[in-house]
Amino acid sequence: MLIFDKGTKGRRTEYIPACDVPVTELPEGDRRIAPLCMPELSENDVSRHYSELERKTHGVNDGFYPLGSCTMKYNPKAADAAAAMEGFTSIHPLAPKEDVQGCLEVLSTAEKYLCEITGMSRFTLQPAAGAHGEFTGLLLIKAYHRARGDMKRTKIIVPDSAHGTNPASAAMAGFEVVNIASGPDGCIDLDTLRAACDDTVAGLMLTNPNTVGLFDKNIAQVTGIVHACGGLCYYDGANLNAVIGIVRPGDIGFDCMHLNLHKTFATPHGGGGPGSGPVGCRADLVRFLPGQVVDRDAQTGLLSFSKEPDSIGDMRSFYGNFLIVVRALTYITILGRQGIPQASSHAVLNANYMMACLKDTYHMAYDETCMHEFVMSLEDLKDKTGISALDIAKGLLDAGIHPPTMYFPLIVHEALMIEPCETESKETIDQAVEVLKALKDEALKDPEDLKSAPHHTPVTRLDEVNAARHPKLRWSAPGDSAM
Amino acid sequence: MKTPEELKYTKSHEWIRIDGDSAEIGLTDYAQSELGDLVFVNLPEEGDAVTAGKTFADVESVKTVSDVFSPVTAVVAEVNSELADAPEKINEDPYGAWLVKVSGITGTEELMSAAEYEAFVASEKAEH
Repeated sequence: MLIFDKGTKGRRTEYIPACDVPVTELPEGDRRIAPLCMPELSENDVSRHYSELERKTHGVNDGFYPLGSCTMKYNPKAADAAAAMEGFTSIHPLAPKEDVQGCLEVLSTAEKYLCEITGMSRFTLQPAAGAHGEFTGLLLIKAYHRARGDMKRTKIIVPDSAHGTNPASAAMAGFEVVNIASGPDGCIDLDTLRAACDDTVAGLMLTNPNTVGLFDKNIAQVTGIVHACGGLCYYDGANLNAVIGIVRPGDIGFDCMHLNLHKTFATPHGGGGPGSGPVGCRADLVRFLPGQVVDRDAQTGLLSFSKEPDSIGDMRSFYGNFLIVVRALTYITILGRQGIPQASSHAVLNANYMMACLKDTYHMAYDETCMHEFVMSLEDLKDKTGISALDIAKGLLDAGIHPPTMYFPLIVHEALMIEPCETESKETIDQAVEVLKALKDEALKDPEDLKSAPHHTPVTRLDEVNAARHPKLRWSAPGDSAM
Repeated sequence: MKTPEELKYTKSHEWIRIDGDSAEIGLTDYAQSELGDLVFVNLPEEGDAVTAGKTFADVESVKTVSDVFSPVTAVVAEVNSELADAPEKINEDPYGAWLVKVSGITGTEELMSAAEYEAFVASEKAEH
């Protein structure tokens, strides 16, 4: 039940003290014409409402969450503790720089570490999430070509295995999207890429490891082909968790990139944010970076903000989601030079272990050593039993496991994409493997029961088709005719 | 999977019913079964030019959004506006629920016969 449907008129808790300054009425035309429609509940009711919602949901604190491509790993509480420190939470973005040197130090140090991790020259910490970072990176690419007077580069190449945000960001940035088909190995087909590359190409967007969980072994050739035609290479950092501390995008030919601090660097992810998608770039693109960058004044020794000369402008207000940067810096500091590559090695080990345990039960879309995630195709199972990837995903819910990513990447039919992450124990993975094997058995023996799963969750199988065809996008007050 | 004899097919799973220099274009039975229940159809407008091999519409199911490619270069003469409120018609009757009618065809994509299309779908399935 929505909170708007609860409560009774007049039941409310007054927290705001009576006004003790003269009241200035708003001008006539700016006043509400109808009273504000707000739920009226006691504090007790509100508290119970949110506890009930919490019980109905599933987060990383509730159980295994192998949502491929999303890196739903456990985030150390120490990062939350650091971000909750009053010196970070009680500042104002317009405070004089002398008063917030500690916060500027966080931004400056975090940027330095991110540059070291990725091989980029500088980072802007302004973008608020991954797709926002992609958009920012594409504007950098556009500014780069424009500054050279090269106005004919209107295309961005995106492989068909890409995250859907890649073509969307390219279109938002005013580019024409050229979709290229992957080879049978799930990686970029070099001949297809060569054929697409000419002097109208502004750049290529790529994630490596790619969305089928494989590291593109031809990556140096891929970036070389794009550079040869005068384009730039953008690295989508969504899958960085697999290679962080081991491979630096800057070393394999990428010119700019984003990182998802809310995936890889200790900020809980999902549920709407806030996130953070810093964008890094090579030296000759730095002059286009958005917003403010932090530099130390050689004379005073103070850190302060400055703007790049040919900046593309602000991508967000002030300095981005600052507290997410605090978490990232805490995480990087805790793990250190040894711990960071160890984390990605464990992420890859866990994925390969789980894949090896399952490959006799489920068909692997690409049966080779994977990186941080792997993709199964349930097409055969569906043909044989009628049980789809969706049904298996729903069955997992009954075992208290969040389903993997379904029906992505699009190049694999009936796909289930599993990313266990480095923070899960062997026992957790073993238990999930047993559940997945049992679900396969059930699909073969009693498919009808599985088609109506889940049976033990607060809500059972939802009518997703009806919900998508007739979406209820907002609550309407009784008597309010607007949908 | 139904593949009516009198239609032509594309590798991107559209069908076309050509009549002189006009045609009806829709999604194949295989396409609708792979997409699953359709929930939204985004169609072009009457008078829009479509190009062989280029996207002219998109369809959305619960699991994915897919581009629809035009088998021919032509001009949109009529749009099946019924589909806006009833995208399920494509699932129920894929060869009856045309997306657009086009006229003034000046070029075509590589088209397949029903038998060729069936063989193509079988080979695609074998690859996965």
